[in-house]
Amino acid sequence: MTEFLTAALGFILAILAVGLVRILRGPGDADRMMAAQLIGTSGIAALLLLGTVSGVPAAVDVALTLALLAAFTSIAFVKKGTARFETDAPGSTEAE
Amino acid sequence: MSFVLDIVTIIAVSAGAFFFLAGTVGLLRFPDTLTRLHALTKADNLGLGLMVLGLLPHAGSLRDGIKLICVWLIVLLAGATVSQLIGYVARREGSRP
Repeated sequence: MTEFLTAALGFILAILAVGLVRILRGPGDADRMMAAQLIGTSGIAALLLLGTVSGVPAAVDVALTLALLAAFTSIAFVKKGTARFETDAPGSTEAE
Repeated sequence: MSFVLDIVTIIAVSAGAFFFLAGTVGLLRFPDTLTRLHALTKADNLGLGLMVLGLLPHAGSLRDGIKLICVWLIVLLAGATVSQLIGYVARREGSRP
């Protein structure tokens, strides 16, 4: 069973690495942020598998922290994006 | 009993890995931002849920099992909220001249 879970762990990490291609190619900021979201989700899965394989229960706590931080990064991104739109909005209406 | 639990683990973790693969392929192959968002958020959250389901029989205690489920619930809540917010930003970006 340990071998199978280790193989699944390696597979998840490979998928995480392939997902990084979207950061390289993504045309917009939102696409790059989605790749960061993918790193968050598959990183959590990898940590849960690692915690079970190596018998370290603390890995689950690390996964919990990663879940919170991944949500916070995206919320910070959205706050920055909408703040830019709101500062842009009055200028664009004045120009019309 | 242990054999049955191992089979459950193998099936659930394999299905979870498949959904992670589907999410990543969708993220790389779909044509525009909103379809990529759709592929990523749904497939990944389902994949993580299946992984947690597969790991539950190997949790050391009841407390560890509850903690695993809590991780999944937090990811679901955060993923649902964040996907709406990213979709909002992507729409605003797309409608900008």
